[in-house]
Amino acid sequence: MPGKPGLMNGLMVGICAVFALAMPAAAEPVTSFTLDNGLNVVVIEDHRAPVVVQMIWYRVGSADEPAGHSGIAHFLEHLMFKGTEKIGPNEFSAIVEAQGGDDNAFTSWDFTAYFQRVAADRLDLVMGLEADRMRNLRLTEEDVVTERQVILEERGQRTDSSPGALLSEQMRAAQFLNHPYAIPIIGWRHEMEQLSREDALEYYQRFYAPNNATLVIAGDVEPEAVRALAEKHYGPIAPSDGITPRDRPQEPPQLAERRLTLADERVSEPYVFRTYLAPERDPGAQKEAAALTVLAELLGGSGQTSVLARALQFDSPTAVYASAFYDGTSIDDATFGLIVVPAPGVSLADAEAAMDRVVADFLATGPDPAALERIRTQVRAGDIYARDDVNTLARRYGEGLSIGLSIEDIESWDDALSAVTEADIMAAATKVFDRRNAVTGWLTRPEPVAEADAETAPAEEATE
Amino acid sequence: MIRAVFAAFLALALPAQAEMQIKEVTSPGGITAWLVEDHNIPFTALEIQFRGGTALDAPEKRGAVNLMTALLEEGAADLDSRVFAEARDALAAEFTFDAGTDSIGVSARFLTENRDAAVTLLRSALVEPRFDQDAIDRVREQVLSILRSNEKDPDTLASEAFNALAFGSHPYGSSGDGTLETVTALTRDDILAAHKGALARDRIYVSAAGDITAEELGPLLDRLLGDLPATGTPLPARAELLLTAGQTVIDFPTPQASVLFGHVGIPRDDPDFFAAFILNEAFGGGRFTARLMSEVREKRGLTYGIGSYLVGMDQAELYMGQFSASNDKVAEAIAVVREEWARIGTDALTEEELATTKTYLTGSYPLRFDGNSRIANILVGMQMDDLPIDYPVTRNAKIEAVTMDDIRRVAKRLYQPQALHFVVVGQPTGL
Repeated sequence: MPGKPGLMNGLMVGICAVFALAMPAAAEPVTSFTLDNGLNVVVIEDHRAPVVVQMIWYRVGSADEPAGHSGIAHFLEHLMFKGTEKIGPNEFSAIVEAQGGDDNAFTSWDFTAYFQRVAADRLDLVMGLEADRMRNLRLTEEDVVTERQVILEERGQRTDSSPGALLSEQMRAAQFLNHPYAIPIIGWRHEMEQLSREDALEYYQRFYAPNNATLVIAGDVEPEAVRALAEKHYGPIAPSDGITPRDRPQEPPQLAERRLTLADERVSEPYVFRTYLAPERDPGAQKEAAALTVLAELLGGSGQTSVLARALQFDSPTAVYASAFYDGTSIDDATFGLIVVPAPGVSLADAEAAMDRVVADFLATGPDPAALERIRTQVRAGDIYARDDVNTLARRYGEGLSIGLSIEDIESWDDALSAVTEADIMAAATKVFDRRNAVTGWLTRPEPVAEADAETAPAEEATE
Repeated sequence: MIRAVFAAFLALALPAQAEMQIKEVTSPGGITAWLVEDHNIPFTALEIQFRGGTALDAPEKRGAVNLMTALLEEGAADLDSRVFAEARDALAAEFTFDAGTDSIGVSARFLTENRDAAVTLLRSALVEPRFDQDAIDRVREQVLSILRSNEKDPDTLASEAFNALAFGSHPYGSSGDGTLETVTALTRDDILAAHKGALARDRIYVSAAGDITAEELGPLLDRLLGDLPATGTPLPARAELLLTAGQTVIDFPTPQASVLFGHVGIPRDDPDFFAAFILNEAFGGGRFTARLMSEVREKRGLTYGIGSYLVGMDQAELYMGQFSASNDKVAEAIAVVREEWARIGTDALTEEELATTKTYLTGSYPLRFDGNSRIANILVGMQMDDLPIDYPVTRNAKIEAVTMDDIRRVAKRLYQPQALHFVVVGQPTGL
């Protein structure tokens, strides 16, 4: 239906970008190899249309930034379009567009990726362009100053204009006591304002190299032809000697629940949002993450059948929206989220109490076996539907490989989901729902008596 | 007996080797659909559009079509909301129902092994929705929640203000979601009436792509849609454009203002449409090389993104653009937009811009047809726009045929800087 997803998206920007239930098995032929300089290459064949996607995934993201320079990973992503010794400023995109292609890029805590989508016979061209800017970026001071304004506007649009995004940012900062996942990808504004050309180039020269990247080529291509092109364009690039294991500061035991309230006059629909620190998918060990993925689906995956929706929207009119989220595709700790938007007249305190009762009941009674069976059916179907969209497939491989999973891990993910038992779910739920690991955020409007009014109003009226 | 008719059978020659065949299939009962068969993956993508949409609402029932559409997945025939959802999930079928201004869209994906059961379930949602009172009340609260959120959302506030200025009391002038008052007042009878008026056979457009043959699709169409009423609510009248030049500032506490601007546009079937389409792509396409992106973002860093759009509705045309910018940068950004709007009207495009825009548009077009869901979506849109079934093979030639003389003539017609109206939601300085 049109309304519900819209509401969800509005609230959940930046919290839950991916629901990783439907993952591919070996749906389409997938080939992989490594060049001598360390570049991993994955080829996903889909010969239905003469289109190809090139994606280069650097195994570096905002959680790898030097302290005090938040936002540099994302800033560099923007600056990568400013040209090289061969290609003029913004000419990269112009060349791709002149071929009828599209290009863009994205940055996460764990990776930075660039992609182009072109006719299959133009792969040679876009590979040449992407290989060129892996080592030959050229930046002027003017490029840096102007583009810094653009990222500040981006932060203004995506974060500062949205009370919900601001709450999520504050909650994440509270969730991670020590790990750099606490820092927003786009950066803190005061640090973004100081980002320099030197910051960008230093980061670029250290991390952008073939031995720190995965190349994913998906579409109407043959693996041998891709190998020849990859050797031609990427093969000559020397590896970086600055690539070290991604040992980020880890979380200490979290001993105290955290609670915070963000009051903003732009809020119309208050809500309560809870995140728990949760385990992530690990190479060769995805069982617990699979159980949490199914748990999130059972608790909040459907507005009509999920445990939270049934209890809070059907059995009692406590909420207009209730859901649960988990995405374990990360290098270090992930989060498991619950959200309840109360019905009119229901306080946040009552909504939160109701949410906790639902979770407690679930822990006492366990999952409905029929619901679990439906999820298994959807996992199997998701494998088929996923084959219709080679871009999404390419993204899943790129993302998985960038966080250290193997191709086998990626391809066995839906088997892991299908194998989840009731006991696995209960074990994972019992472990994750520990309030000492939790952050609870309330998004509210300011109190009816605003401070500005209190200053000018007589004291006896202001205390009403 | 199956009377599936292949009224047209053509091949869209894509670059390199692949080609796509679009078939027109007419069911025994007379329902027409466009089909692209592809048996590589065992599922079918089905797209249905009912012309009309939220513009069918009577003024005092604003929001009825939207709420009705949202309720189509909330129970049908002898299945209540929960049982319906469980049945759909058990089949791993996916249905989405979307109420647009000019049409209601239904998108479905189902596995070949579950096709019959999925179609039966979808038929019940379209033909025999229950509209149980508890479901109405529950989903109504969600719509009201969205309406309250919209009152605090700068983008939505800008859009609603612009539409009201442009179209006044015509349905295009207000949100199809309705207002807090009208949605609160909607009864079950209103929902039943909206259903009867909106989902009718005299306004259906259908496409399918994937693992299904023409022989299978024909009878499926009758089973799925044959029991809908023959006729529905009359479509709305032509909308008179009331927009005048100027600037409307709506005070809203946000660090970054939302800006929407525009004036009259050009109809989809106008002989100048392709020239206008090229002009807009060069001027306000979302690409980094488009003029607005280049001047406002790349050169000056005033915004994260800016674009313009030819808006073709069934009963009106607009030419619009939008961006967000910090309150202290809005005035400068608007000045740049005004300058560029005037400049392209006078100087049109350079030869190079025309050439590169044509190359982009003709090169990117075949890349759209990659996947059953995308193909089905494009095919139903073509039918809604009354395009011929061979449009995919003739479309690029229409782009190529546009000359610089056409561009100059149409630039003068399309870009009317003196007619622009800007709506700004925020606390801009210097405006």
